[in-house]
Amino acid sequence: MEDHQQPPLSNPTIHRGRSDLDHESLSKLFGKLLNELTLTMSDFDAAMGASPAVPSGPDVLGLAAPHALKKVKKQKVLLMGKSGSGKSSMRSIIFSNYLARDTRRLGPTIDVDLSHVKFLGNLTLNLWDCGGQEAFMNNYLSQQRAHVFSNVGVLIYVFDIESREVERDLATYINIISALVQYSREAKVFVLIHKMDLIQPVTREDVFEKRAVLVKRKTAEAVAIMRKQQQHQQSQSPQSPSNPVLDIDLQLFATSIWDQSLYKAWASIIHDLVPNLSVIETQLASLGMAIDADEILLFERTSFLVVSKWTSREGERNPYGDRFERMSNILKSWKHTCSKYTGTPRNAEQFSEFEYKMGTTFSMFATKFTTNTYILVCMPPGEARFNAAKLNVAAARPWFKFLDGPVTVAHSAMSSHQQQHIPVGTPTSAVNSSNGNGGPSDSGTTVPEYFMANKDTVL
Amino acid sequence: MSTPVEGSGPVNLDAGALRSRLAKYQSPAALKLYRVYEQNRQRLSKDDGAIAVKVPDSTATVPQPRGKPRLLLMGQRSVVFHKLPPSETLFLESTARIQKDSLNSFMEFQVWDFPGQIDIFDNPNFAFDMDAIFGEIGALIWVIDAQDDYLEAVRRLNTTILHLQRSYPHINIEVFIHKVDGLSDDYRLDIQRDITIRIQDELSDQGIENAPVNFHLTSIYNHSIFEAFSKVIQKLIPRLGQLEAMLTNLCRTCRFEKAYLFDVNTKIYIATDSTGPEDMASYEICSDFVDVIIDFTEVYGSWPRSREWRARLEGAPWHQPLEQQVACEWAESGMVLADARRPIMLREVDRFLALVAIMKEGSYEKMPQINMNVDVVVKGLTEFFEITKQKEVTGAGVGTGAVQAAQGGTVGPVGVQGE
Repeated sequence: MEDHQQPPLSNPTIHRGRSDLDHESLSKLFGKLLNELTLTMSDFDAAMGASPAVPSGPDVLGLAAPHALKKVKKQKVLLMGKSGSGKSSMRSIIFSNYLARDTRRLGPTIDVDLSHVKFLGNLTLNLWDCGGQEAFMNNYLSQQRAHVFSNVGVLIYVFDIESREVERDLATYINIISALVQYSREAKVFVLIHKMDLIQPVTREDVFEKRAVLVKRKTAEAVAIMRKQQQHQQSQSPQSPSNPVLDIDLQLFATSIWDQSLYKAWASIIHDLVPNLSVIETQLASLGMAIDADEILLFERTSFLVVSKWTSREGERNPYGDRFERMSNILKSWKHTCSKYTGTPRNAEQFSEFEYKMGTTFSMFATKFTTNTYILVCMPPGEARFNAAKLNVAAARPWFKFLDGPVTVAHSAMSSHQQQHIPVGTPTSAVNSSNGNGGPSDSGTTVPEYFMANKDTVL
Repeated sequence: MSTPVEGSGPVNLDAGALRSRLAKYQSPAALKLYRVYEQNRQRLSKDDGAIAVKVPDSTATVPQPRGKPRLLLMGQRSVVFHKLPPSETLFLESTARIQKDSLNSFMEFQVWDFPGQIDIFDNPNFAFDMDAIFGEIGALIWVIDAQDDYLEAVRRLNTTILHLQRSYPHINIEVFIHKVDGLSDDYRLDIQRDITIRIQDELSDQGIENAPVNFHLTSIYNHSIFEAFSKVIQKLIPRLGQLEAMLTNLCRTCRFEKAYLFDVNTKIYIATDSTGPEDMASYEICSDFVDVIIDFTEVYGSWPRSREWRARLEGAPWHQPLEQQVACEWAESGMVLADARRPIMLREVDRFLALVAIMKEGSYEKMPQINMNVDVVVKGLTEFFEITKQKEVTGAGVGTGAVQAAQGGTVGPVGVQGE
């Protein structure tokens, strides 16, 4: 976008970005870039047009959608499937940083293992890991039926591809589905065909396709039967409110704990649950265009699942369609390596920065972004471009502050907003002060990096 | 995890400079053996029977298409030279005939993989030519399955050593006591002691002392197999001391904790600095770092960008070819650990080699200076390998005088004994 409108650099050493002597000219360059970015940001804010009544540029974060940002979204996620199909294993890998081989230690889950997973600042997953032994299953379907199946946001049903009792597994699955439809009509259903690593790679796709068709057919049959019952009930009591036509939102994935397929499935499960997704996406896109990136991925801190992504037109040509889950996998195992080396717990933060420049092909960096996220940016080659992008990404942090927690004090945000005169500052200060740092007066002392960087240009 | 990216799968796509795959050819073993044998014959007659094993022999004037130093692998097929996660090795069939992998690596190694069940010294169906097999090898790697009854394997190893000691006493014999994962530490050492004693007793009974036999405990589930291969290969590198001195010097000037020179394709380190003790943990993190870089390169660096993309990057405000916009034509990378802010850096030396170093805490801010020092060392390394590859003394533009001596190619018998 606009940021390369500045004159070409006369001094080639600047491009190396390594000499201290060039610091001044470099900071000038970056100041310029930041200035451009500032423009882009307010342009973007204006383009969002969420609340045109606010004079100093609409404040997307604090004002436009205060309600959406305010509350922590809770989602009930059921994890079901036959005993030994690998439910607890995949849960520990994704959310508790287990290594795939560590899951051998896990014993069978007894009854329901309930856990609350905080995902980003404003989403909590109530994960119901339901033990799959037959006795438990019957219990869920009978005595605990209402308790288990009401208010479900997502059902994840796991099939073991190696299971010998396919018909019986499917029968249980259908029972679960009908209970789910009875109590949580809106729930999404994800079916994971698991342990695909046990199938020879050449036949994997075929095996999965066959099983997927089977599951889909069974689901459709069950839905058809339930529809009939519904119609039957309605015809018997015509005054009851007519329910919308029953349908199930079903997605299937082939997974294995030994490769990145698990991340693919879980990233899509998470994807629809993340609040303010459209805001994240638009902001990521404008950041990407502002810094001229090829690709940006936003990861959740602990699970390293891809929360959101943006890809440039050139980046779309990348032949690796599975690169997002692959990056999750790579970075997460890198985290394991670091934890082994440093001796710190696996859940702890392990690296703060990672940069890689591959000659004239590409350059990239992954860095800690907000408290709950990491960002990975893939750039075209070029030292100056790379360094500017790094600074700009740091400067863009306040845009994404809302990922860290619910905006609780919307009111103080408004008052601090009036004190600020720098247009870009508005979202920053709004989120900053409302984050519980002590109200509007605080916004002066805790100067976010963005202003620091901006000062250079002002002076 | 041993391979940091589990299940990134067997990769058959070409992934640019970092991952140039090993070229692999398999053809009827007998034919190949015959050809090798013939070539050896010709060379040996001119060479007065002096077998300089490690480097392509510089004194020979005949072209030697088969002049690569060779590792002979007997026993289980190796996972080291194929970037396979351990779980995938389940699908490897056991070695059924002699397989020759030419290792597309910095030094052009050949790995010969021998089927475990063939007794090459006593086979009525096929008389193996000993000169063809052992004439040129630098090391014999013998794999023993520690989780199995190994008495038979040890017996066969003894026979092999005795044969070799008679005709080719220079060959290093490296015994990999493999699959030790799942065994307790004490038990591992017991096994190692037992095997060592069995072999040494047999040898001294036959009147052979100080045979170059070394033992390594290995497993595919951690980095020990790579570490072991590293040690084996280091013994075959001419002028290893020079390399180590260079790295040690770099460590001292830049205050690095540890530096490794990696062969990128195999993740074997061919040299390290001699400042600190051997440290498995540092090796692991550095080797995994190389792996991460390889994976990133594959995903983002292995496909061609469009012409418009390049035109745009070189156009309007920049007016410079991309080559001038970057500081370093090879891969360079750095990362900072969250605890104590210890940085790790990587720099590619050429297509096959990468320098990886763990830095002291808080030194990330000094990257510019460090990069300059690394630049110098990388230049030195490039010259070093230029020289050791050369066949004729050119004497032009050589860095250190000591390195110059390396070009003679008449590297004596492998002097490294024991551990």
